[in-house]
Amino acid sequence: MNIGNHGGSCHHSCCLRVQNLSVQIGSDTILKDIDLHVHCGEMVALIGPNGAGKSTLLKTVLGQQEYSGIISFSVPGQRTRRPKIGYVPQSPAFDPGDPVTVMDLFACCMSKRPAFLGPSKAMRQKVLDCLDRVHGEDLIDKRVGTLSGGELQRVLLALALEPLPNVLILDEPLSGVDVEGMSALMDMLDEIRQRYDLSILMTTHDFAMLPKYADQVVLIDHTVIISGTPLHVLGSDAFYQVFHRKGGLL
Amino acid sequence: MMQLWYDLCALTGLELLQWNFMRNALLAVLIMTPLFGLISTMIVTGKMSFFSDALGHSAFTGIAIGCICGISAPLWVAVLFSIFFALLFSFVRSRSSHTADTLIGVFSSTAVALGIFIATLGGGSFTKYNTYLIGDILSVTPGEIGMLFLVLLAVVAFWIVFSNKMTLTAVHPQLASSRGVSTATIQTVFTTVIAVVVTLAISWVGLLILNSLLVLPAAASRNIARNLKQYHGFSVLFAVIAGLSGLVISYYVGSSAGASICLVLAALFVLTFCFRKAGT
Repeated sequence: MNIGNHGGSCHHSCCLRVQNLSVQIGSDTILKDIDLHVHCGEMVALIGPNGAGKSTLLKTVLGQQEYSGIISFSVPGQRTRRPKIGYVPQSPAFDPGDPVTVMDLFACCMSKRPAFLGPSKAMRQKVLDCLDRVHGEDLIDKRVGTLSGGELQRVLLALALEPLPNVLILDEPLSGVDVEGMSALMDMLDEIRQRYDLSILMTTHDFAMLPKYADQVVLIDHTVIISGTPLHVLGSDAFYQVFHRKGGLL
Repeated sequence: MMQLWYDLCALTGLELLQWNFMRNALLAVLIMTPLFGLISTMIVTGKMSFFSDALGHSAFTGIAIGCICGISAPLWVAVLFSIFFALLFSFVRSRSSHTADTLIGVFSSTAVALGIFIATLGGGSFTKYNTYLIGDILSVTPGEIGMLFLVLLAVVAFWIVFSNKMTLTAVHPQLASSRGVSTATIQTVFTTVIAVVVTLAISWVGLLILNSLLVLPAAASRNIARNLKQYHGFSVLFAVIAGLSGLVISYYVGSSAGASICLVLAALFVLTFCFRKAGT
């Protein structure tokens, strides 16, 4: 099943396109015949019960999982197999005891100079500029293990935006973030995707946010069950059967 | 080169530096302790402290194999065996549902049992292996010091090139992969580095206390370090301070140098623990 109304061929300027994707781990079929199109500037939310294969699908797009099928990314006049992907991993995953500051984390990702020697002035300014994108300059000297859920998501988001990716992938960005922080984070994502014309693919369990922010919602349970606009998916019988509740009314 | 060092030691006029074996030991400590301080940071961040312990055990087995084969330099057999052991562990771990600590237990106990089995085969005496259990830094020769220095240079070079990727792999493997870091390769290369260092150091530090040198410097440093620069700095500093004071203590008290060094490190851990900053 494809997202949108383009029936298999993508006519938009660019998209991440997944066709007939299947993932087999040992004798288990984790994903089967997944079709997915993500257009430029579009926010697509992957939802599904625990163990449905959402994280596996993200891992596969990230190139960390073997698969059969096609994953392609196209922009006018250019077609590459692997898009430039920004990834915001599921948190929390940092050890509170690790003496690694936000500055150190950026330096490890972006710089050839060993982070243990301390950052150069230019590097520190560059990191401040990156953090400015998520209004997080004050977090630069905090240790990553001591950040709140919302702060950590902002830092990881800033990291994923450097270098500027074609597709931004977020794994459960709203888990561990309080209600106030959720709206702030989603507003920020909305602003970023408009400013940089990014495609965003994210998994979430917070369905209440979807009607306001997502362009498309894809419900998967090892394969695509239903996809479409948030209201269409959240109000569907398939959604009710999977989650035993009417998510659209949340 | 060594003569220059001996002359320098003689110039200090210190009583304990009038002996060549103490001069050798001091130089070896000055080379080995920064090495341990550096490696320690990544072992602790990567939660590999029991793994490095298991590598020590495998090194002992390698030495026993080398001895029984009648090879004149069993240390190099031990290095090869440790690398084989480290790679085999990584291979089994990636294909097993067991947790790392269970697998480390399996590998470690098998290695030490195999080592004792081989060492005592045919009613052989275990006594000649005691030096590998307790270690003797005072027995280090100038040739061995040269080799340690080369290892230190190699590890520092490795650190300069790979430490960013190693840190990223240790704190968040998925994030590292998404940024193009080959985490499996990084982990394999780092385990090989630990295997080589642990095995080479076993004769002078001893199997029983070697691992504390690989864990305590970084553990003490984490109590007070706020960032990676301080973490590495304190870890190396603590290792060197402990190395020097442990050697001096052992000379005047007549105890094992390795054990004295570890006890100083333990004291530094307690001290830093008491003065750890809020939130650490």
